[in-house]
This record gives sequence, structure tokens and C-alpha cells, in this order.
Amino acid sequence: MYDFKFHSAFSVDDAAAKLAAAEDGTVMAGGQTLIPVLKQRLANPSDVVDLSGAGLSGITNNGDSVTIGAMTTHAEVAGSSDVSAALRSVAEGIGDAQVRNRGTLGGSVANNDPAADYPAALLGLGATITTNQRDIAADDFFTGLFETALNDGEIIKSVTFPNATKAAYAKFPNPASRYAMVGVFAAQAADGVRVAVTGATDCAHRGPKLEAALSANWSPDALDGVTIPADHINGDIHGSPEYRAHLVVVMAKRAVAAAG
Amino acid sequence: MVENGIGASLKRKEDNRFLTGKGNYTDDINRPGQTYAYIVRSPHAHATINSVDISAAKSAPGVVAVFVGQDLLDDAVGGLVCGASVTGKGGEVNKVPPRNVLTMDKARFVGDPIAVVIAETLAQAKDGAELVAIDYTELPSTVSTANSDADGAPQLHEECPNNVALDWELGDKAAVDAAFASAAKTAEVELVNNRMVTNAMEPRAAVGEYNSGTDDLTLYVTSQNPHVHRLVMSAFMNIAPEHKFRVVAPDVGGGFGSKIFTYNEEAICAWAAKRINRPVKWTSDRSEGFMSDAHGRDHVTKAEMAMDADGKFTGMRVTSKGNMGAYLQLFSVSIPTLFHGFLLAGQYTTPAIYLEMRCVMTNTAPVDAARGAGRPEATYLLERLVDVAAGEMGLDPAEIRRRNFIKADQMPYQTPVVQCYDSGDYHASLDMALKNADYDGFGARQAEAKGRGKLRGIGLSSYIEACGVAPSAAVGSLGVGVGLWESAQVRFNPTGGVTVFTGTHSHGQGHETAFAQLVTERLGVPVENVEVVHGDTDKGQFGMGTYGSRSLPVGGVAIANACDKIIAKGKKIAAHCLEAAEDDIEFGEGNFTVAGTDKVMNIAEVAFTAYVPHNYPEGVEPGLDEIAFFDPLNFSFPAGAHVCEVEVDPDTGTLEIVKYTAVDDFGTLVNPMIVAGQVHGGLAHGIGQALLENCVYDEDTGQLVSGSFQDYCMPRADNLPSFDVDYCPTVPIHNPLGVKGCGEAGAIAAPPAVINAIVNALGIKHLDMPATPEVVWRAAQAAS
Ligand SMILES: Cc1cc2nc3c(=O)[nH]c(=O)nc-3n(C[C@H](O)[C@H](O)[C@H](O)COP(=O)(O)OP(=O)(O)OC[C@H]3O[C@@H](n4cnc5c(N)ncnc54)[C@H](O)[C@@H]3O)c2cc1C
Repeated sequence: MYDFKFHSAFSVDDAAAKLAAAEDGTVMAGGQTLIPVLKQRLANPSDVVDLSGAGLSGITNNGDSVTIGAMTTHAEVAGSSDVSAALRSVAEGIGDAQVRNRGTLGGSVANNDPAADYPAALLGLGATITTNQRDIAADDFFTGLFETALNDGEIIKSVTFPNATKAAYAKFPNPASRYAMVGVFAAQAADGVRVAVTGATDCAHRGPKLEAALSANWSPDALDGVTIPADHINGDIHGSPEYRAHLVVVMAKRAVAAAG
Repeated sequence: MVENGIGASLKRKEDNRFLTGKGNYTDDINRPGQTYAYIVRSPHAHATINSVDISAAKSAPGVVAVFVGQDLLDDAVGGLVCGASVTGKGGEVNKVPPRNVLTMDKARFVGDPIAVVIAETLAQAKDGAELVAIDYTELPSTVSTANSDADGAPQLHEECPNNVALDWELGDKAAVDAAFASAAKTAEVELVNNRMVTNAMEPRAAVGEYNSGTDDLTLYVTSQNPHVHRLVMSAFMNIAPEHKFRVVAPDVGGGFGSKIFTYNEEAICAWAAKRINRPVKWTSDRSEGFMSDAHGRDHVTKAEMAMDADGKFTGMRVTSKGNMGAYLQLFSVSIPTLFHGFLLAGQYTTPAIYLEMRCVMTNTAPVDAARGAGRPEATYLLERLVDVAAGEMGLDPAEIRRRNFIKADQMPYQTPVVQCYDSGDYHASLDMALKNADYDGFGARQAEAKGRGKLRGIGLSSYIEACGVAPSAAVGSLGVGVGLWESAQVRFNPTGGVTVFTGTHSHGQGHETAFAQLVTERLGVPVENVEVVHGDTDKGQFGMGTYGSRSLPVGGVAIANACDKIIAKGKKIAAHCLEAAEDDIEFGEGNFTVAGTDKVMNIAEVAFTAYVPHNYPEGVEPGLDEIAFFDPLNFSFPAGAHVCEVEVDPDTGTLEIVKYTAVDDFGTLVNPMIVAGQVHGGLAHGIGQALLENCVYDEDTGQLVSGSFQDYCMPRADNLPSFDVDYCPTVPIHNPLGVKGCGEAGAIAAPPAVINAIVNALGIKHLDMPATPEVVWRAAQAAS
């Protein structure tokens, strides 16, 4: 770890001000990604601004949607009765107990790891990301490998998930890291059928072929003939592109089956 | 019967400190004035080192010293040694390419140490390390076990043309060829024994400390064998003479073989502590461990079996290559040769066996002994081949094994590959395992699973290993450079407590409990009055450490023998005090009695008398403190039968081990709870190899791909079933305690049991480890 200045932020505005004053600052949420990166000397920020005192955690049930503060931990989401079973299962399946007690929704979404679980849920439910500057639709948010629509210094305050008629997440964990090798979130969402895929490519994305098939017929069998080309699919020592492409369809079927 | 003696599942004495955070590991040790070392390692798999500029690093804040390979040579510190000299084809002994502590001419694997920066803090050492400027010319690299000896492959060492360190053969080639020529049927399988990183929970660490007043050097180090560390560093590396050098291996959090060897970083801490006259500490982080710990396994093999019309094995031929990595570590070539070849008969009467083993150098971390060391490789190929043979013959895997087993009444049994087994009943252990696993009911379970869309399979593994490493004369004649006896000292304190010094080392095995039980059984002293001391060359006399499941079969016997000397001396003292003839004194359950009388003296009273010899037999030395050395006449041969049952999800290739049944012959169990724990751990290791673990280097760049737990998959509790563990003991004729060793069995037995089960589920001939979901899915696709 290189030296950096550490700040505690007492509000989002305070965090934004401290970031703005820093030469090359970064915010820290649960630190589950940031701290390992710092320890391995892969990042060298001048300042780290800790969001844990910024008042960003908490879950609000709005009736037709639920709003989750950026600093809400995975464990809190997994244990909340205000959150749908589908979303709870996403949070429950992240990492291990230690990670779930530290890692946050905002950190996961901002980081946009290609194998992270939450991005699939945000896309699959058509969520809205609220920052200190604006609202961003999930469909516009996840832009590439570890890339998001966030501007420099922009801070996620919360994420609002509209209720869905039916929804479920099916995850095929990477045997080693237990991140998603492939994860599929399928929903009869507020604005129609949504299917989001994570782990398979650079960045979580919606699956138009899967959505088309399931819009016509909401059942696992509807995906029987669907195949996903392996062209842009990730491959590594854990799974080839062909295998992951196959898993996308299998996990989509399982998500639909679980959603009922 | 003595309470808490042999056979009691006593809770482990050491667990109180381990479970309450009171253990004392190497990294817990901090010495006054301590500095921190950070190693500058090659980022390249293969590169010429043109220059190393340390000037900027030397003047970085907090940096105390920066050293390169030449600095050690200037102090006449020798390179790392290979302790094996194995004679191969044409009488040629294996080549030993030289290895400097810090490499100077070339970097030969990713992580090869080149310089060390020593600073006031670890952060400053790391900062300084970033300023070490190394000019490399990158060279093409080769990491492949199969192809590194091919024409045109990049060459690692001048001493090893074509990257071959040793071409070794074993057995009667002509007899095997003849068996194949006249065979009714043959079976053949090509397989890979995947490379593993042992990943002990505690990373390697070392603290060197020098006392300039006395010229004494101390090294605290994560070692399985502190005396061997001292011997190697003293005799071959010239770091300090043995009598001025203390090596302490305090609590060590797992070894699995990887902490047998003397490593670069350890030599650096010891040497540099004297050079800068301040303590020097180094602790590996996990990434460094992946790069620089010795790895295990890594064979590519073709195995063939010749059979007669009844499926009796008539000859076996094995052609194999073993990856040695970039340098020969301490045991290195002895593992794929002696420790592998000598076990190829397995539990079978195969009369002729021929093995060709080529040991190749590659641009990867050194490969050496890892839990089982050679024996898992032998067992895996043999038990896979036997299943393939069963398929060729149309026989049940259990039946073909029975037709070929060595029978209990054939013991001792001389195999065609050097080993002479002393005991074992392979039919009995297989029968018991099949019964415990409800082998007969498998068909119904398979049908039921099919109804749920799952493929169920069952697999057997009848394994044998050679433990209790080992008879010095035997290993010496084979080219191992040390004696492998063990020693013990049993010391009564005047007030009746017993301190036991052992030359073995416990790094998770529970010796402090099991050895104390042994003493309790022998001397009748309450187990809480027995303290076992190990891990410090200044405490107790020489010992060879712990590996090859040798601690109890060799070290335990030394303890028992020292106890017997105590009893013999105690008889003289008791006879004197009880006014009887020595021959009339009997000893049992802690009491010396005059035969046929009620005259009795407890051993604690005898001990007190020995130290306060006011009324004492003439000619007997005061004190009650005895030393014994034990060098066995043969290895011990634990064996058993394991049965694995799996259920495969053909849609994804994921699988569950639904039942795992182990029946082992470890002889006498001193502490059955500890033994079960060793079996469980070994099975986790073996199942990890079969399903999850794989050390992967990139074929093009030589980079370590599986360099962290994100990519190297260790087994977790939820990968494993609840094990059904049982025993089918026989009596070993060479071991006075009747014990055989149990630490490696699971890691040896499990891989073929698991793969045989998967192969059975899919109805295929073979698939390679690790059977990851994709590997299984592809095999299922191809099979359907
Ligand atoms: C062992 C392990 C296993 C894991 N397994 C999984 C898994 O299975 N699935 C999965 O999805 N994830 C997994 N994770 C990731 C983890 O769940 C966290 O979601 C992730 O580490 C980021 O969350 P964090 O709160 O720790 O963020 P941090 O590490 O603190 O921050 C991550 C990044 O986001 C930025 N950031 C944080 N909060 C905000 C904000 N409010 N606004 C703007 N930027 C912000 C930071 O500046 C930083 O760049 C795992 C992590 C570990 C260590």
C-alpha cells in the first residue's frame, strides 16, 4: 500500500468536497475491492474518502419500488423483509459472510466487475441509480469492463428497484472465486420481460434473444432452441466461451423456473 | 489398562493455544532491532539478466541494505542444494544445475529471486524494491511437461541438454514386452497428474538473528524439519557451523511437504542477519507463496496393462514425464522416480512392471514432495488403468481387483519394483469398503438419480503407500543423501513430570497429544504430566523432521524405546529400594512391583530417587533421562480401499460427491480422533486435486495464471461430503508399535476414486483432473 491521506466524510456533500479538493482522490465504501487493490500497489490515490459516515445506508420500501442506500451492505439486503426474494438471493450469494458484512451495493455497482452479481439485478429489474448529480437508468449505467456512466467525482447515493411480477436470479459460481461465472437475472419487470446476464462478457448486459423468447412464452422450455454465439463471451481457465455461452441459456432457464 | 493411553480419542493438547489465538508462529516472532526483507523477483518466465542497478534503492528512505547474488558469493555462501542423486539409464546420475540464492545470470521462472531489499519497515522495503532497476533480455520460455524436451524448446540450463535432468527406468523391460506380446487383452490410458500448489494456511516466513557477542546465529523458520534446515544451511551453504547455529521451527501452520525444503528467502534472512548485524524478517504473502513455494505432482503419463484371458495382470508398462520446474529442489528427482516407481505394483501381483520416467526442467517454480509425493501419482495411474482394464475385460471393477490382489497369506510380498510389503489384507479392506458403501445397492440409486435427470457413478481405489520414511540403508543405497532414522529423549523431572524431546516436527498433526499418549501407555504417567517438545535444534538432539508419514512409525518408536530404557533403569533403582533382585521386578501401569508381593514403587518415586540418590544402587548413574534412536528395517505400508459415489448434473457438468467411504489399514491407532482428522484432511486434498485444484502457467508467456485463490481453487467445506471413515488393520512386522502412518493416505487414495466414479457416471473411458464443470460437461456431451 502506498501512502495516502484518509478522510471520513460526514455527508455526500462533504465527500464530494473532499474529493474535489484532492489531487487524485477516491471514495471507499466497504473496501472489499479497493483495499486489496491498494495492498497490491495497483492503485496510488492521493486521498481516500471513507463513505461509512455519510448517511448512505438504509432500505426504504416505496410501495411499488424499493430504494437501497449505496452504503447498505450485502448482508443487510440479504436480511431485509422490504426487499424482494429475488434481490435478497442476489445479495445472499455474494462472496462469503465477511465480504457480505463489509461489501456494499454502491461499491459493487460503481466497481462494475464483469463477474459481479448486482449489475444483473439492476438491469433485470430496470433499476435507477441516483447519484449526487442525477438519476441514471441501469440500462445506461454499465458501459464496459469496470466502466460506468459515473463522472469523475460522482457519488452513488442509492439505487431504486421497481417491483417485478416475477423475478429470480440463477448464478453459476466460478468454483475458485465464487463470483458469477455466469449469472442470469430474469424478471417480468414493470416494463416487460427483462433478462440480464453477468459474468459472460466484459460487462453485465441484457439478453435480447432471451427476452424475445420469454416475452412470447414465459417458461424454461421457451429457451430450448435458443443458443448464444460464443464470439464475445469471456474465456479463461475456468470456462471457455462456448461453455459460458451454454451456461447463459441453462441459467436463464433456471432463473425462469425459480421465478415461477 | 492405562487411562488416555494408546487408542484413546483424547482431545488435542495443542488446540487450546491454537483455538484461542495463543499459537506462536514465525511471523509472531519479533526481535529487537528487527528489519524487514522484501524480495525482488523476476516478472519474466525466462530472461537474461543484463544488469541489476541497486543504487537508487540503497538510498531510499529507511533502506538498510540491498543485496544481489554476488554479495552472497563474496561471503562464500553456497547455492541451494539438491539432496537427491538418482542413477538413471546408462548409469548416469541426475544432473544438478547450480542455483544461486539470488539468481545472477538468468531468471528461469516467474518469481525467481534476484535481489533483496532490507529496510526499517516492510513498506520501505517495498518502496526500495521498486527502485531496483533490472535490465532483462526476455527469452522464449517453456512450461510444458510434455514438450519441454522437444527439439528446439527453449533451454534452461547448460547442464541439462534438452531440458532433461534425468532419464530413469525401473523394472524388467524384456519381461514386460513379453507379457504384452502374449497378452489375451491389453488396456491403455493416457493421463495427466495435475500440478498442485500445497497452500499451507500459514505462508512461509523466516526471522534471522545474529549475536555478535557470541557469534551465534538463530533462524526462526516455517520448517517441517529444523535440524535438516540447519544441516543443509551449515554443511552445503556455509551459513554457519552447526554448533553455532540454532534453527527454531515454532508453531507451523501446515506444511504438506512444501516446508521440508530450504528456500532462498530463509538463507537470505540467516545470512543477512549476520551481514548487517540486525535481525531480518521475511514473511511471504500469498501471491509470493503461489510463485515460489515448491509445487507438487505434474506428470504426463501413458500406462498400459497386459492381461491373460481371466483378467490377471501379466505385465504393466508406464511411460511418463515429470516436471521438475526451473531448478532441482531438495528431493526433486527422487519423487517421480523412487517414491513413484516403487509403488507401481499397488495391491496387485503383476509380475513384471517397467517404468520409464523422464524428469524435465521447465520455466516454472520447482516441483518437489507434496503430501504423498510420488505415491499419489503412482496410485492414480494404476487405479485408473485398473478400471480401464476392467472395462476391456467386461469385469466389475471390484472383481478385477480381487482377481489380482496380493493375498494376505502371501505376506511378506516382494514386488517386482523393489518394495517388499510386510503386511496387509486387501481383500478384507475392499469387502469392508464395499459393504460400508452399499455397493450392491448402487444400481437402485443410479436408477433413482436418472429419474431426476442426474448421472450417478461409483468408483473404487485400492491404494497402497510406503510410509515411515525410512530405512537409512535403503534410502542411502538409492541416492538420498541423508539417514532417515529418528531420535527421542525421554526425561523424567525430579517431581515426576516427563519431558519428551522428539526430532520430528508437528505442524498440525497433533504430536503433542499422540506422543504423550504413547508415553502414558508405556510409562503409566498421567497424560497431563507429559510434555512433548519439538522444533528447536537447541532443545533435544538431532532429528530428521516430519514428512512421509514418518513421525509415529519412526519417531514414535524412538520414544517408546527411550521409555523402555527408562523402565530398565527404573527396575534397578526399584530393586534396590524394594530390596529385591532386579529380575524379580515387574513394571506395569506406572508401578514397579516385586513379583508375587505387594511391594510396589511408583515410577514417580523412582524418578525422585534417581535425582535424590541418597539410598541408591551401586554403579547406577543418577538421573532418569534416556535417549534412543530408531532406524526401521523397512518402510511401513498403509493401504486401503476407498469408494466414491458422485452425482453429475449433465446440463452444467457440476457434480456432487454424495458418499465417500474410506477403509484404511494404518495398523494400530494411537488417537483415533486425530487419525480421522488426518484422513479427512487428506481426502480434502485428494478431492481438491481431482475436482478443483490446478496450477496453470500460460503456455506462451510462462506467466502463472492461477496465482491467487481467485483462480486457484482450494476445496471448501461445501465441496466435500461427510466422510465415512473406517479401519481394517493388519499387523506390520517391522514396526514395534504396530503403526503404519496415516497423514497422506487420503490424498493418495481419493483422486482415482473420484475420477473412477465420474467416468462410471458418464460411461466413458477417461477424463483428466481436475474434473471441472466444463471438463465434465464436455465429456457428458461427447458421451451422449
Ligand atoms: C473474497 C471476495 C469475494 C467476493 N465475491 C463476490 C461475488 O460473489 N459477487 C459479487 O458481485 N461481488 C463479490 N465481491 C465483491 C464485493 O461484494 C463488493 O461488492 C465489492 O468489493 C465492492 O464493494 P465495496 O463496498 O467493498 O466497495 P469498495 O471496495 O470500497 O469500492 C469499490 C470501488 O467503488 C467505488 N465506490 C464505492 N462506493 C461508491 C459510491 N457510493 N459512489 C461511487 N463510487 C463508489 C470506490 O471508489 C472503488 O473504486 C467479492 C469480494 C471479495 C473480497
